[in-house]
Amino acid sequence: MTAQTMQKRVWAVMASGLLLGLLMMAMPQTSKAEYADVVINNYADAAGMRPAVFPHWFHRIRFRCKVCHADLGFKFKAGGNKITMAKIIDGRFCGACHNGEVAWSVENCAMCHSGIPGTPTHFAGSTLQRLVAPAYKPLAPAQAVNQPAKK
Amino acid sequence: MKYVMRLSLSCLFVSLLALVSMPSVVLAADDGAQPLQLAAVSGANTFNRNLKKEKTRNPPPPEDGVHDPENEATFTLQHPKEAFSGLPTTPFGNYVDWVKAIDQGLLKPRWDRLDSSEEPFVMDLDIVRPVKASVPDVVFPHRQHTEWLFCSNCHPAIFIPQKGANQINMSAILLGKKCGVCHGKVSFPITTKSCKKCHSKPKPANWKPPLSEATLRNPWK
Repeated sequence: MTAQTMQKRVWAVMASGLLLGLLMMAMPQTSKAEYADVVINNYADAAGMRPAVFPHWFHRIRFRCKVCHADLGFKFKAGGNKITMAKIIDGRFCGACHNGEVAWSVENCAMCHSGIPGTPTHFAGSTLQRLVAPAYKPLAPAQAVNQPAKK
Repeated sequence: MKYVMRLSLSCLFVSLLALVSMPSVVLAADDGAQPLQLAAVSGANTFNRNLKKEKTRNPPPPEDGVHDPENEATFTLQHPKEAFSGLPTTPFGNYVDWVKAIDQGLLKPRWDRLDSSEEPFVMDLDIVRPVKASVPDVVFPHRQHTEWLFCSNCHPAIFIPQKGANQINMSAILLGKKCGVCHGKVSFPITTKSCKKCHSKPKPANWKPPLSEATLRNPWK
């Protein structure tokens, strides 16, 4: 072996290392959702809709907790309010604001129903979620029942 | 003498070559070649095994692992980073100090659904809760809480408004009871960086940790 072939080998190792690094970066990353985002999937999957995602951060910039949790009667429990579209168009829960007057109206289905199909109801980034992480396994989209037709 | 030197030099060369070629042997495992078994450290003993650090803070909705990137409307949603720019930061939760943001007047969330002029009913009352353990005592500030919430949000369902009526411990909080109904879900979570936000009143100078029963009755003392 000459020094030249050895140098070639070093380059080969470096190149393969770089390739491996690039591959790892290209792999899907399980980055965490924004703290306090709530995925609500009581009925959505079964109805052929994507689960709804509620961003707490977006709403608390505009409203204090009291507006929804005292005035509108939202319970402090992910999925505990049993929200349905019928209740929303009756002006309850989300429908108290999402009526085209305070905020945009319900025809923007995909703005809320934007979750990955098959994601169970949960509180993203919550302490409880992290503590029970081994028990929590999100369903793979293939396992989800009645997932919406892909475009 | 010359022969010995040459031998040792070639030995060094061969060992160097082996060191360099080793990773490529392992990498070539896909081609069906038997990977070289290195005396590696057991995978069970990796450094910081349980410390999962977030790769990105406040990721945009299409990349957060919850929103579906195949949904077109996902791309119309606001990015948290954009919304949080200019707000005071914390090292946990949304990485935004929401209370400070209100105090500094950077945020003016509505207190009423429709009337943006309505002001919150703020009560400035600190409740001191002595703690058995050696950590500082807890000071519960009503002011910061009533900036956001109404009395009925906590009383009487979560906290009975009576001195000594509420037994609170950290396990309950971590499991989402008492303070944990909000803290750890929406408001700042329980991390080693946030302990002192609640445990903020130092113990008296003469305070000593109470001795455990096992120590008091230790037969071998």
